[in-house]
Amino acid sequence: MSKAAVSRLKSHFGDKVLASSDFRGDDAIEVAVKDWVDVATFLRDDDKLKMNHFVDLTAVDYPEREGARFDLVLMVRSVEKKHRVRVTTKVADGTKPKTLFPVWSGANWAEREIYDMFGIEFLNHPDLRRILLYDEFIGFPLRKDYPIDKAQPLVPYRDAPGLTKLPPFGIDQGQPFGRIRWDDRLREGANGSGRAVSPSIALQTGERRALSDSEVAVAQIEELAMRVEEEQRVKQEQEAKKDAPAEG
Amino acid sequence: MGEMKILGGGGEVAFTTQFDALLAWARKWSLFQYPFATACCGMEFFAVASPRYDIARFGAEAPRFSPRQADVLWVVGTISQRQAPVVKRIYDQMTEPKWVVAFGTCASCGGFYDNYTTVPGVDKIIPVDVYIPGCPPRPEAVLDALMLLQEKIQKGVHGEPVSVPPKDPLSQLRRKTKPSR
Repeated sequence: MSKAAVSRLKSHFGDKVLASSDFRGDDAIEVAVKDWVDVATFLRDDDKLKMNHFVDLTAVDYPEREGARFDLVLMVRSVEKKHRVRVTTKVADGTKPKTLFPVWSGANWAEREIYDMFGIEFLNHPDLRRILLYDEFIGFPLRKDYPIDKAQPLVPYRDAPGLTKLPPFGIDQGQPFGRIRWDDRLREGANGSGRAVSPSIALQTGERRALSDSEVAVAQIEELAMRVEEEQRVKQEQEAKKDAPAEG
Repeated sequence: MGEMKILGGGGEVAFTTQFDALLAWARKWSLFQYPFATACCGMEFFAVASPRYDIARFGAEAPRFSPRQADVLWVVGTISQRQAPVVKRIYDQMTEPKWVVAFGTCASCGGFYDNYTTVPGVDKIIPVDVYIPGCPPRPEAVLDALMLLQEKIQKGVHGEPVSVPPKDPLSQLRRKTKPSR
């Protein structure tokens, strides 16, 4: 659908377009960081492209990748021409890409969010502060090396006996199964039997605290399953007894 | 109210009671509430307040959006780490006696959020009197919690959190497997 857009970009930028793909009509190109703002400006201003709708700008962390660690992902679309394109670039940790704020003003908050979650700083950004988290927060939570269950409370937790992360009611209530048991996930990943776990999460296992009382929860679940089985067994026996004299 | 006796006879009626019991009785039937609704549980809270379930039957229909006029803090929904200071401050501003109800799984234990964003249960920052399980809870469970709270107030119990009694999964199993007659 937007093949024309990609070919236009290729004909204008030539070798600067490092890669392109069109998976199920989802056209994407990759450029170098130094061409980031040039490509964005061209996308907006060119008569054949006219990308006037800034959809989103976000980032992805690939900690195990050699060289540049982050991907910046820009999604833009043209309301008039009805086409869209995705532009990515690789950014190394510590590299500061230029801001897209002068091109699309919507990039302001998107870049603040990227800074908040990934710690990528943008050159010449008008107001680069955290946007969702609080100023006291240390680190960047969407980096894959941030411990997944580490919280940084603003209010110190109360010191009362019996306070855990487990719910204060039965395991069959209130969706306690929604929590991921990372130990199981990792075991499955190691066997190759279950869902794969990101290598950076696997690397953390040493320092990761298992979900505080997961052993207790497992014991509770097993106990419940045994009770249900026992109940059904007793019931079947009773029915068998009931049926026997009727036949005789 | 076991302590209240009614003596009648000769056209005259007299009540004898203990002052504490009378005060507790008055308190439990006129709970002014502060609904701190942050998430989807809020919808269920509105349902409880609306005529079909009608929380007014329990004398708890008056929401007060000033913590200084409220008796019960309903923590309805997920509390993020960034909101925690606000909840703490509201709780501190409430006048004694005060009670807290954790409404739903998120307010009780953080729900499925086990990460940097969410307080794993509001009981980590303020003491909770009654927990309501559910995601979100049924209005019946909420009324159940209100009655448990009234019971606590009548007994004058402090600092012993209770949870809405869990349904026994086996009882549901029994009901399902019961042969039709």
